[in-house]
Amino acid sequence: MASIASTAARGPRKRASGGLLSRFRERETWWAYGFISPWAFGFLALTLGPMVASLYFSFTDYGIEQIAGFKATEYVGAANYRQLMDDPKVATALLNTLTYTIMMVPATMAVALGLAMVLLRIGRASGFFRTVFYLPQMTPPVAVAILLLLMFNGSTGIVNEGLGLLHIPGPFWTSDPTWIKPGLVIMSVWSVGGTMVIYLAALRAVPRQLYEAAAMDGAKPWRRFRNVTLPMISPALFFTFIILTIAGITNFTEAFTAYFGPGQAGAEAPEAALMYTIYLFRQAFEFGAPGGMGFASAMAWLLFVIIMIVTLVNVVVSRRFVFYQGETK
Amino acid sequence: MSVGAQGGLGPAGTGAGTAPIPQVVVSAPRRLPRGVGRFKQAIFVALVLGLSVLFVYPFLWLVSASFKPQSDTFDNRLIPNVWAWNYDRVFEIAPVATWLFNTVWIAGLGALLTTFSSAIVAFAFAYFRFPGRGLLFALVLATMMLPPQVTMIPTYLIWNELGLVNTQYPLWVPQMFGSAFYIFLQRQFFLGIPRELFEAARIDGDSYWTMFWRIAVPLAKPALIVTFIFEIQAKWFDLMTPLIYLRDAALFTLPLGIKSVLDQFGQGGGGEGEYHVIIAATVILTVPMIIIFAIFQRYFIEGIATQGRKG
Repeated sequence: MASIASTAARGPRKRASGGLLSRFRERETWWAYGFISPWAFGFLALTLGPMVASLYFSFTDYGIEQIAGFKATEYVGAANYRQLMDDPKVATALLNTLTYTIMMVPATMAVALGLAMVLLRIGRASGFFRTVFYLPQMTPPVAVAILLLLMFNGSTGIVNEGLGLLHIPGPFWTSDPTWIKPGLVIMSVWSVGGTMVIYLAALRAVPRQLYEAAAMDGAKPWRRFRNVTLPMISPALFFTFIILTIAGITNFTEAFTAYFGPGQAGAEAPEAALMYTIYLFRQAFEFGAPGGMGFASAMAWLLFVIIMIVTLVNVVVSRRFVFYQGETK
Repeated sequence: MSVGAQGGLGPAGTGAGTAPIPQVVVSAPRRLPRGVGRFKQAIFVALVLGLSVLFVYPFLWLVSASFKPQSDTFDNRLIPNVWAWNYDRVFEIAPVATWLFNTVWIAGLGALLTTFSSAIVAFAFAYFRFPGRGLLFALVLATMMLPPQVTMIPTYLIWNELGLVNTQYPLWVPQMFGSAFYIFLQRQFFLGIPRELFEAARIDGDSYWTMFWRIAVPLAKPALIVTFIFEIQAKWFDLMTPLIYLRDAALFTLPLGIKSVLDQFGQGGGGEGEYHVIIAATVILTVPMIIIFAIFQRYFIEGIATQGRKG
């Protein structure tokens, strides 16, 4: 009886319910929890648990010695976080990551939008070329990195050979610290296909009447682009901006493959390619320094906080600029 | 104007397909934007052709270089001057066949597990009404923002505790617990299935499992295929997880294997750089993805486009 009473009390929240329905809902609830249990287990064991653990480790000297069982884990207070500020490599890595992201995100968005707009204007051939532009997106990052090393090689690479034909002396893309990040950015922009497809879908959804009305009011193409196209696709721009920014901040594979590895594990690895996630990874798994995992955990939490701040700022700023069609109604 | 207003929704008359998910068919004969005449269109086609070269040339360069002898690798000709078969050598110097096999089964199994576990969870969030649904779904979405680096170290320690570091389990077992992004994607899809279908099944006395398996899953096939191929791609691209967990070369997946070939035979390895071998290995890494794309092209592009529409 007690259970019937309690469910009946809950009943009116959604729908008027009789005894039968509430019993049904009890069963439904039970089934629902059963259905989400795989996720719930994964969330607790592989997300929430590790998150708490990594927060804990970030305040300890956990590292290779503890894994081997030589030493007990010691609480070190905020020492790892202080070290974040003292270690010059953290600053270098942060700056590298920031530079890369600041170059990569606008470049990718601009190229993607340009390609999408051109595709819209070529009629029935656009399906074929959309495939062509999407292809690089299917290239595994390790392969992208190898292509970067080979094609952008300063003396033998085809990129500099091409620039030479135009009488532009090409830089040493893969060894000159100034040019390492631009090389990485160019390869990222090459994989612009996904962003382009999103813009293409957004552009197609812009009602034609708006352009016709604007044209009738005498708006020139640039005005139509600024005052019709951009506002109408702003949700897609906003979405890709967030996704690309996070992808930029957490970028790992291309730079790691091209510039770091057992072969280059010594001091030779170029500082200019040291992305934040690479330094974090090496602290945790490669250097084998005592306390490395505690320090890497602190780095991971700083990364998480940065991503949260960036996303929040984006959301707040977007309230002013992003136009959702539903709002007008 | 009523014809044009449908925009990208629905099969747009190209005969391209009968998939029930909203299509973004580009090639439908539609009116061009105002002011784009034949001449202008020709200019745009020329522009697109020029740009295409930039997007495709790296592939051509790679494949062509893979057929050149070591001395010609960097001659940057499109057609090799002298032809060479470097693929024998690749399989000689490294267990590439094993890596390929490892990657195929890990990616396949992992993608299958992710697809179905995510579908089960997504169905629960789409169909059932239960206490805590909103909060739990918000948690699912929140985990999408979490960078893997935050959970990476403790997760490694768990596997280490289980004695399963340097095995392939950490690469596919976590796929059994659903993945936030796919749960979101599939839930959207399940929500599009008319509720009456399920109500009717319930009146017929079907169990919830039957409703999921016999009604929801078949109808959601496009979303499941999108999940499957996206996850195949993700596994095929992943370097960090195998890098953390695998030590023996016999266990490697292709990305890690090719990375080790690069480290060993590139300039960092101390040799003069056997780049012809590295290039052939890179072709082996890349070609399967191109084939997958050729087969499932529509799903990749629709999957990506839907993702953007929800944003």
